Amino acid sequence: MLTERDQEAVRKEFQRLQGPVKLVVFSQELVAGELCRQNEQLARDVAALDDRISVEVLNPAIDRERAEAYGVDQVPAMVVEGARDYGLRFFGIPSGYEFSNLIDSIIVASSGETGLTEATKTSLAGLTGDVTIKVFSTPT
Amino acid sequence: MRLAQHMAVASERVTAVAIEATEFPELSRAYRVSAVPKIVINDRVEFEGALPEPQFLDAVLRAVAPSAS
Repeated sequence: MLTERDQEAVRKEFQRLQGPVKLVVFSQELVAGELCRQNEQLARDVAALDDRISVEVLNPAIDRERAEAYGVDQVPAMVVEGARDYGLRFFGIPSGYEFSNLIDSIIVASSGETGLTEATKTSLAGLTGDVTIKVFSTPT
Repeated sequence: MRLAQHMAVASERVTAVAIEATEFPELSRAYRVSAVPKIVINDRVEFEGALPEPQFLDAVLRAVAPSAS
């Protein structure tokens, strides 16, 4: 799924990894078999580029409690988890434009360090309610 | 850098959900996605296109403000 050039570019990006990251992939053959297989393959291809990245595949119909805990109710889906679950979710195959976002999310999750300004971090630290940010995009 | 993901990592309160619109047409219709990226925060504040960090943060804060503004 990844070209040689993609692999080389991502390997270079992954030199910035600080710690282990797990990609928790949700697949359900009966719901979206082909898309789930592609999503799983993408996760494995990315993980193959660096030892610090691992993949776990779950089926939301079987691993119900964990799917619920992650808030995953649709497939294909992917959770990017670092030292803790930071709340990074991808619904649909993160290819094209979303691919660079996936790679960036992996790097940020590996350290817990963001590129946000101090002012933004201070504001976020004062949040008293939960926030869910949905970002809709297309591959191109 | 994608602000939603960085904010999720920065705060335990924030979850960032990236949705591939063409693979989830029903969801995209429900949220009236016509241009991308479309950002919807707590199903309460929404906008299209990229925003600079201070404006994005402002949208997040508006989404959790006690009364609708």
